[in-house]
Amino acid sequence: MAAIASASSAPRLPLAAHPAFRILEHDLLVFRRRWHSYLLSGLTQPFLYLVSMGIGLGLYVNRSGGLPGGVPYLNYIAPALLVTQAMMAAAFESAWPIMSKINWEKTYLAALNTPIGATNLLAGDLMWIAFRAVLISVMFFAVILAFGAVSSPLAVLAVPVALLTALSFAAPIMAFTATQKTDQAFNMLFRFGITPLFLFSGTFFPIEKLPLFMQPLAWITPLYHGVALARGLSLGQVDAVGDLVHVAVLGAFAVAGVLAARITFRRRLEV
Amino acid sequence: MPEIPPTQDSVIHARGLTKCFGAMTAVDGVDFDVAPGEAFGFLGPNGAGKTSTMRMIGAVSPVSAGTLTVFGLDPARQGARIRARLGVVPQADTLDNELTVMENLLIYGRYFGLPWNESRRRAKELLEFVQLTDRSNDQVEPLSGGMKRRLVIARALINEPALLLLDEPTTGLDPQARHLLWDRLYRLKQRGVTLCLTTHYMDEAEQLCDRLVVMDKAKIVAEGSPRQLIEQYVTREVLELRFNRDEGEVGGIAADDSAHIDHQLDGLAERIEQLPDRLLVYTADGDATAAAAFERGLRPASILVRRSTLEDVFLRLTGRSLVE
Ligand SMILES: Nc1ncnc2c1ncn2[C@@H]1O[C@H](COP(=O)(O)OP(=O)(O)O)[C@@H](O)[C@H]1O
Ligand SMILES: [Mg+2]
Repeated sequence: MAAIASASSAPRLPLAAHPAFRILEHDLLVFRRRWHSYLLSGLTQPFLYLVSMGIGLGLYVNRSGGLPGGVPYLNYIAPALLVTQAMMAAAFESAWPIMSKINWEKTYLAALNTPIGATNLLAGDLMWIAFRAVLISVMFFAVILAFGAVSSPLAVLAVPVALLTALSFAAPIMAFTATQKTDQAFNMLFRFGITPLFLFSGTFFPIEKLPLFMQPLAWITPLYHGVALARGLSLGQVDAVGDLVHVAVLGAFAVAGVLAARITFRRRLEV
Repeated sequence: MPEIPPTQDSVIHARGLTKCFGAMTAVDGVDFDVAPGEAFGFLGPNGAGKTSTMRMIGAVSPVSAGTLTVFGLDPARQGARIRARLGVVPQADTLDNELTVMENLLIYGRYFGLPWNESRRRAKELLEFVQLTDRSNDQVEPLSGGMKRRLVIARALINEPALLLLDEPTTGLDPQARHLLWDRLYRLKQRGVTLCLTTHYMDEAEQLCDRLVVMDKAKIVAEGSPRQLIEQYVTREVLELRFNRDEGEVGGIAADDSAHIDHQLDGLAERIEQLPDRLLVYTADGDATAAAAFERGLRPASILVRRSTLEDVFLRLTGRSLVE
């Protein structure tokens, strides 16, 4: 708004002057004091996953006939786990920490007493979650590289895919969080939503192996599309139409989530 | 009600200001003006609608009906511009426990668009002002209630506001912490900052406010300076009489026989208020009234003569006491 008002008289404000970046700044200030623990978990998690699932489980999968095209199981599962980890972190960050800012510590209420409005709180914290997702994905990708589990240079695209997948979860969950008075529903959301997705969205095995009635369920979850997209690219299997569909679904969830969250944030915070 | 000052240069101007939450009306058509440099108070019990009013003034809560301008601006359309010039001390501290004392101020300055170095300069100055310099790099969590409150005041001042809104600034603080806080607020007032505060402590209202409104059940029931309100609604002094009910009879009179007592005080007092544990006798001269009642044979267990306070005003206006 300030940028529009001053457009005619003063030089245009740089994008970084947008109020949403002040919220991102706050989150980075908090991050600064914890970066080592983020770094530690960001590197050990992928290491443990890739050793146990990729190598341990992979031993059996590869021995018992393996995957079509002779793809090593490690290479098959690595990009999917990368996307899943980013998604999990994003889902978590948009639930409890946001609830705290709205309801427990009420730091949003302090920020609302400044020129920053509810929509900028949303935008700023969404940027933080995006930052976190990228951080996790980059670290995960570094570990994948260390394992030599890369089949194509396109594998690096798993990072932006993970970002998009993270946003496709974060935005709708933030919208939901702003409608909640307690965190009770989050336990349900994770137990019956996020965790089953993690298991049944094609991360560990192709959804074609699911019972027939469950397959359409997988198609409508954004995680399936994120996993399929990242895996395809990582294995160097580009399918222009299919990949565009994946991106479109992920984008649709993210955009719909942002639109919904704009409404629920304002409804909750501007009372 | 006393004259409302001219509206043109009012910092806050409200007419018929109303706030509804669904079917419930939290603020019901209140009128008031706050002049520049003034310390203005909302005195009222819990649930009177003080916070709802403050949040509308702070341009964070939409007005349901009526008119409200702050700095001559409309909170609905120019909220960000109003908030840029406001300092707000909310009822709950809302400090960021993830950040240090210093960082809480620094980042708040950033929210107002200050450059980092300017924000740091002001933060240091303000920590000095609220006597928290030695806690700069500490976490917020272990601070005492009074320290947190002072930090919130420092935070509210980071944008050098022309108007400071304080919602129950000292509720829950011990007397020493309250006095330190009052002293800081008094200094701000001397520097020309307009103060607008809510409280349910009559001594706080008397200490800090040039002018105040008494709120009860979403409405303003009286307005004026603390002195004016006391002069208008109660007498200068109050004679507090306690009777010892256990002994049954004192001086030959049934102690709880209020008709008798009323009779004995007849003509001696302007008004008598019966509380569960004592009798409040409103009179210009407490000592004289006490002596006259004694002449007539009244023998209370204890007698206290004191000056009237806003508590008495509230009791007179609503029939209830301010703090339950
Ligand atoms: N967000 C809200 N939703 C519903 N009712 C509210 C809300 N905020 C305040 N109220 C109600 O409005 C009334 C006035 O509250 P408030 O303004 O907080 O009073 P005070 O600050 O004087 O204690 C109370 O009955 C309170 O329950
Ligand atoms: Mg209140």
